[in-house]
Amino acid sequence: MHNFDFVKPSSIADAVKAMGQDGAQALSGGQTLIPTMKQRLAAPSVLVSLTGIKEMQGVCMGEGGLHVGAATPHAIVAREAKSHYPALAALAGGIGDPAVRVRGTIGGSIANNDPAACYPSAVLGSGATVVTNKRKIAADDYFQGLFTTALEEGEIVIEVVFPIPEKAAYVKFNQPASRFALTGVFVAKFASGVRVAVTGASQNGVFRWTDAENALGRSFNAQMVSGLTVDASEMIGDLHGTPAYRANLVKVLTSRAVAAAG
Amino acid sequence: MPKDHGIGASSKRREDVRFLTGRGKYTDDMAIAGQVHAVFVRSQVAHGRIKKVDTSNAAKMPGVLAVFTGEDFKDVGGNPAGWLIKSRNGEAMREPKRPVLAHGKVRHVGDAYAAVVAETLAQAKDAAQQIADDSVIEELPAIVDMAAAVANASNRVHDEIPDNLCYDWGWIEDNRAKVDEAIRNAPHVTTLELVNNRLVPNAMEPRASIGEYFPGTGDYKLTTTSQNPHLTRLLVAAFVLGIPENKLTVVAPDVGGGFGSKIYHYGEEALVLAAAKQLARPVRWTAERTESFLTDAHGRDHVTKIELACEKDGTFIAFRTETMANVGAYLSNFATVTPTFLHGTLMAGPYKVPNVYVNVKTVFTNTAPVDAYRGAGRPEATFSLERVIDKMCRELGLDPFEVRRKNFVTTDMFPYTTPVALVYDTGNYHATLDKAMEMADVAGFETRAAASKAKGKLRGLGLSTWIEACGIAPSHLVGILGSRVGLYDAATVRVNATGNISVMVGAHSHGQSHETVFAQIVADKLGIPEASVEIVHGDTSKIPFGMGSYGSRSLAVCGVAMAKAVDKIIAKGKKIAAHMLEAGEGDITFADGKFSVAGTDKAKTFGEIAFSAYVPHNYPLETLEPGLEETAFYDPANFTYPAGAYLCEVEVDPDTGKVDIVGFYCADDFGNIMNPMVVEGQVHGGVGQGIGQALLENTRYNEDGQLLSGSYMDYAMPRADDVPFYTVDYSCQTPCTHNPLGVKGCGEAGAIGSPPAVVNAVIDALHRGGFTHVTHIDMPVSPSRVWSAIHG
Ligand SMILES: Cc1cc2nc3c(=O)[nH]c(=O)nc-3n(C[C@H](O)[C@H](O)[C@H](O)COP(=O)(O)OP(=O)(O)OC[C@H]3O[C@@H](n4cnc5c(N)ncnc54)[C@H](O)[C@@H]3O)c2cc1C
Repeated sequence: MHNFDFVKPSSIADAVKAMGQDGAQALSGGQTLIPTMKQRLAAPSVLVSLTGIKEMQGVCMGEGGLHVGAATPHAIVAREAKSHYPALAALAGGIGDPAVRVRGTIGGSIANNDPAACYPSAVLGSGATVVTNKRKIAADDYFQGLFTTALEEGEIVIEVVFPIPEKAAYVKFNQPASRFALTGVFVAKFASGVRVAVTGASQNGVFRWTDAENALGRSFNAQMVSGLTVDASEMIGDLHGTPAYRANLVKVLTSRAVAAAG
Repeated sequence: MPKDHGIGASSKRREDVRFLTGRGKYTDDMAIAGQVHAVFVRSQVAHGRIKKVDTSNAAKMPGVLAVFTGEDFKDVGGNPAGWLIKSRNGEAMREPKRPVLAHGKVRHVGDAYAAVVAETLAQAKDAAQQIADDSVIEELPAIVDMAAAVANASNRVHDEIPDNLCYDWGWIEDNRAKVDEAIRNAPHVTTLELVNNRLVPNAMEPRASIGEYFPGTGDYKLTTTSQNPHLTRLLVAAFVLGIPENKLTVVAPDVGGGFGSKIYHYGEEALVLAAAKQLARPVRWTAERTESFLTDAHGRDHVTKIELACEKDGTFIAFRTETMANVGAYLSNFATVTPTFLHGTLMAGPYKVPNVYVNVKTVFTNTAPVDAYRGAGRPEATFSLERVIDKMCRELGLDPFEVRRKNFVTTDMFPYTTPVALVYDTGNYHATLDKAMEMADVAGFETRAAASKAKGKLRGLGLSTWIEACGIAPSHLVGILGSRVGLYDAATVRVNATGNISVMVGAHSHGQSHETVFAQIVADKLGIPEASVEIVHGDTSKIPFGMGSYGSRSLAVCGVAMAKAVDKIIAKGKKIAAHMLEAGEGDITFADGKFSVAGTDKAKTFGEIAFSAYVPHNYPLETLEPGLEETAFYDPANFTYPAGAYLCEVEVDPDTGKVDIVGFYCADDFGNIMNPMVVEGQVHGGVGQGIGQALLENTRYNEDGQLLSGSYMDYAMPRADDVPFYTVDYSCQTPCTHNPLGVKGCGEAGAIGSPPAVVNAVIDALHRGGFTHVTHIDMPVSPSRVWSAIHG
């Protein structure tokens, strides 16, 4: 690790100002950024901690659905979102291990947009809105490929607003080593239709499986998925699974998510 | 009633008091006044010619005290291979020099070619980066695949070794023609090609070393993560740096796991000593996890073709194997013996097969060195045998239990000489198989399988009946076979004047529980409380000598040396007692901590005798030295042969390929048991490692020689929920016939016996599910591989 300055502002305005400094980078739970710095793969000169800002903490119902502050750790979401949005709470409770869950945050997760991370599937699958210090970004516009998002330089995610579906479930198949999602599928049924978001599988990061959405829109039943095919050509192939295997998982896990959603 | 102390009692592990309360003291915990930090500059490429290493900028950086390159060590010795293996044609193996720092070429990712010593770790890291930036390494094509390495004579890991071959070994060469003939004429031959996957050891504590030099006396001290401090001293002193052995102390304090990887001497140990001498300051280094992945000696990595010839009823006629064994870029200390004498000699298994021939070609590649890892050669042998037997049973529609029974060496056949030159002293393979089947409720399996099917899962049962050889010996034989060292061990039993005891043992405990179990044995033999016995290990200035802990040898070799030293104490005690009790020595008996005159009530306690030995007021000084301290060296007459039967029950999800182990049953014959709890723990750990190999651990280099699985993001270690509750039994005991404790060794058994049981169970499940085209899946049997096999 290289030396750096550390600031911990207590307001969004101060955070935005601090982010204007040369070499500044946001620090939330540090579960991704700190290991990267230890390996000397990142060397920000100023770390701007977002964990001291009240508006960015906690879970509450409000306009448009469930508001989750960007600096809310997974463990808090797992506990406090349970009564409002059980599928989201369950997803948060299945991330990493207890140590990761008490530090890692939703804002850090979706800002990083790891192709195997869990939260992006919930944000996209719920059709959530990402609120930043500058604007509101629809989930469909936010995720733009591996480790790539709509965020601009210095832009800070403040909160994520989740509409609450009638039914939803997340099913994750663990990558055996990291236990991130080898593939994970988030299914949400709204009055207006069904959304199916897939993480871990595609070379382009989290995506919506529209064929399944259409089929399930006709009838929300696991059997509706069985006749569909998933194109393996865009899927990730690595040590842990071939593209064909991941394509299979997309289908199997979607069925299981539908069944779990009930 | 189970015993509550002494031999056979489940005495609680005394070492856990410090380990479980955070009071262990590991190498990295030692803070030494004036210490400075070493950082190594490591190759980013798998194969490259070192064109330039410019340290001039780094040397001027803040805090930098010294820089080293391969040039600084080119005139000192190399780190040698411990065994010289001969090829089939009688040629000596090729032994390239393994330098302290790479010189001329780098040969694997992580190969250190320079080092920096600085006041702080951060300064040393900055300077190391500077050296990397200022160096020019011309990248050469990487040699990764073994077959390609041997086929392509122009691309060489070591310029002087044309075909990248260390040796081409045959065992036993005289059997070859006969075995070929037997296979040609056999009614049935099953062939299986398989990979025994490379494993990264992943000790929880990374390697670490601290070098010290004391200018006032000219003494050196190396504190290091070693399973084998005397061997390290010998190698550093006599082979590499040329320090007189008596001027070098090697201390291996608490060591957090080794599994083989810390048996060996590594260049970092020599570097910190050389730097300490140059700077007259303590120089320390602790590996980061990435360095551990890249530079600890890896395990396994065999590619094997095995043929099993048999009668139609499954009676074995012959086994023949051709193996390529990867040694990586350099020969680690035991790299040459592991795929040969620790593997080929086990290729008869517990079976009365008349014909066995083993061929092993050991190959250099641009990958990390490979050496003995828990089981070392025997897991590879067991996996090949138990997998091909399973395949044969399916081909011929035979019952795998019956086939093993039919072929077992039977109890009336011991001592039994195998066609691969081992002499099994004793065993009872039917007994352990019966026991395992009873524990696993094999009779109830079909009912459980039906229940799984109802849930959409496939249930399978896999068997492995294994044998291994522990406590490699005797020295005169291993000398003929090519060992450069002897394979005895030593212990000193020092009875203090007040009757309590310090025992200095050559075996090193880094998880094995010697401090508890060895004390149980001494206490039991002397009839004194365990708490009166202290076990001292891991310091060459304190212990007499030792060949370290590996190969499940600690108890069977060092433990026996210790028992023999205790016998000498008792013998001397009898002389002292005879004098004090005014009786003939022949009339003195020793039992329950008392020396008595037979047939009388005259007696002296052990404590009284000890006191008299050190305060010899009433003592036969004319004929007997005072003091009560004895040393014994023990060189066993033979290996010991633990054996057992493992049954694994799995459930496979055919939609995802995920394998869940729902039961694992071990019936082991370890001979006499000193501490059942410790034995169970060793079996749990070993089976856990075997399950890791079978299902999870996937060491993969890409074609450029980059390690793809170089962190825990991609290298899957078994976790608690990957393994089942084990059912372990050790009641089938055939005590070793040639050591006085009757013990065999249990440290590696789990890792040896379990992988084929797991894979056989998965194949069984798939066959029951109708996927009969799947004859084999290479380890790790990951969900993706299982699913691909089903759909392949
Ligand atoms: C052992 C381990 C296991 C894990 N397992 C899983 C898993 O199973 N599933 C899963 O989904 N994740 C997993 N993670 C990731 C973890 O859950 C965190 O979500 C992730 O590390 C990022 O969150 P963070 O708060 O730690 O972000 P940080 O590390 O602090 O930051 C990550 C990146 O986001 C930026 N950033 C942070 N907050 C903001 C913000 N509000 N606005 C703009 N940019 C911001 C930072 O500048 C940085 O670039 C695991 C991590 C570890 C270490």
